[in-house]
Amino acid sequence: MSIKYSFKTALNGLQTHKSRSVLTVLGIVIGITAIILVMSLGQGAQNLILGQIQGIGAKTISIAPGRQPTGPTDFVSMFTDSLKDSDLTALSQKTNVPHAASIMPVVFGSEPAIYENNSYRPTIFGGTELFASIYNISVSEGRIFTDDEVKSYADVVVIGSKVNDQLDSNGSLLNQKIKINGRNFKVIGILPKQGQSTFLNFDEAAFIPYTTAQQYVFGKKYFDRMVVEADTEANVPQTVDDIKTTIRNDHNITDPAKDDFFVETQAEAMQTVGTITSVLTLFLAAVAAISLLVGGIGIMNIMLVSVTERTREIGLRKALGATENNILTQFLLEAVILTALGGAIGIFLGASLSFLISLILTKFLAVNWTFVFPVGAAALGLGVAAGVGLVFGIYPARQASRKSPIEALRYE
Amino acid sequence: MALIEVSHLEKTYEDEGTLTPAVRDISFDVEKGEFVAIMGPSGSGKSTLLHILGFLDRQSGGTYRFDGKTMDDYSQTEIAGVRNAKMGFVFQTFNLLSRTSVLENVKLPLLYSGIKESQWDMMAKKAIEAVGLSHRMDHESAKLSGGEKQRVAMARALVLDPQIIFADEPTGNLDSKSGQMVMETIQKLNEEHGHTIILITHETYTAEHAQRIIHILDGRIDKDEKVLRRRRSGEFIK
Repeated sequence: MSIKYSFKTALNGLQTHKSRSVLTVLGIVIGITAIILVMSLGQGAQNLILGQIQGIGAKTISIAPGRQPTGPTDFVSMFTDSLKDSDLTALSQKTNVPHAASIMPVVFGSEPAIYENNSYRPTIFGGTELFASIYNISVSEGRIFTDDEVKSYADVVVIGSKVNDQLDSNGSLLNQKIKINGRNFKVIGILPKQGQSTFLNFDEAAFIPYTTAQQYVFGKKYFDRMVVEADTEANVPQTVDDIKTTIRNDHNITDPAKDDFFVETQAEAMQTVGTITSVLTLFLAAVAAISLLVGGIGIMNIMLVSVTERTREIGLRKALGATENNILTQFLLEAVILTALGGAIGIFLGASLSFLISLILTKFLAVNWTFVFPVGAAALGLGVAAGVGLVFGIYPARQASRKSPIEALRYE
Repeated sequence: MALIEVSHLEKTYEDEGTLTPAVRDISFDVEKGEFVAIMGPSGSGKSTLLHILGFLDRQSGGTYRFDGKTMDDYSQTEIAGVRNAKMGFVFQTFNLLSRTSVLENVKLPLLYSGIKESQWDMMAKKAIEAVGLSHRMDHESAKLSGGEKQRVAMARALVLDPQIIFADEPTGNLDSKSGQMVMETIQKLNEEHGHTIILITHETYTAEHAQRIIHILDGRIDKDEKVLRRRRSGEFIK
């Protein structure tokens, strides 16, 4: 019997029990939908996070005070004041770190900002004029502060869009004065709406010169971070080594195990985040796959019922010349068509749901989300669905093929 | 060589240690083109005999040759092929695929035949024509009358032009008028198309349409006689 006719026969078999076929396939549809949804959202989340990290630039190296925490309770290690002006001076010398294109000290914290009667608590970010290029952002109005303003402890601020809206819902605060920690700052620039970011929400931040931040806002003599940009991506590892050597010299550290600072690169951060999200996605997909298994057992159950119910048909086909293989193929194809169909519906549903969610995220929650259709997962899903049909269909199909024609014809 | 050679055939069923003989020491031949009725009361073993003759079941003893060969000369797959190409079956309960058209039902043996698909429609239509149901070709078989259903089953048995047609109580579920039409068709197939027919029945009137009646009683041949005054389809009475 030709493949085409085998398909036709199997399809006929399914069509005569439409509602049962639909119910049977539901388990597979749900399983594949869940898998596609999880994979698609996982991929989207990963792209979002990686995109944001990448936005900061692969050439960026971050120096944090303290040491790598040894465990979740070791947070004391993270709050130290080991990064000082002397480190900035040492790192700035070309002989120490030849491939450093730029260095920016960073201090941050949270202080209330006041304009007229409105108050809002933004993240105060003290940096240099380089912050805009390092974080790949630009102002929608006004300008970024200058090197001179950093050096002269100027009271100037660049605010995020939400800070502006919270302090003055009527319009732009450009060139107005806002009070931060009792001190008047002139708003010289406003950032466009950026959306949620993983590590720093620019919309809720206020950028001021780090000198002003240290001296007048936080009253600290140290840096919370230092950000170094290497001249090329290839020079990042060399620069990391140079930075470590320079700071160790400056801090008189001979044993690297006693470092009171640690250095992170964006590449490492991306790798870590990438691994975490992939593992998480896979884990969720595995949970979703359990529903596929349940769906497969459902298929087997219904196919067994179908084989019993169609005993006479099997007997007749055998009497008319069908071989065991013909019968096996017919029932196996029915199972595989069912599950493959379920897989296709599941892929469509999963992708649609994922698209809907991405739409909601971008339109209503202003998250910079891109819809990802996981082609690999879809192909895998279809394959797995058909495989489920094959595995769980083989037992009922064998039962069918082994029926003796006379027993089958006598069956009432 | 006779088409069917049965010699000392035995069939015993075993159920939890109890042996029940269904066919005992039966011997007879059927020539090509013959129309033979196997007659007997229910439980006499005639259906068991038919199953063995149709290669649907194996005997426990004796030999059965169809067209010179026994079931053991074939593999499982070849037996299916013999049933498909050389034998046609008509059952008391029709056994049609109910939600399928007449045409598709008649095509069923073609699916397993190895004949090119392009020929199927033509062959099926020819068989449907032979039983006089051309006007019902696209009807769903469930919507046909009993007599029509049995004629569809006969078209299905005919479609591959088999050497022999086994008809197991073909009129058993029919009213007398439909039964008459079915018997008329069977006689026509035998006389005009030359098909060998083995008819199983418990009714004398039906059996008398054949040329020869083998009476079975308690698994043995009671009588094997020629029908002296054959009934023609027109005088069928149930």
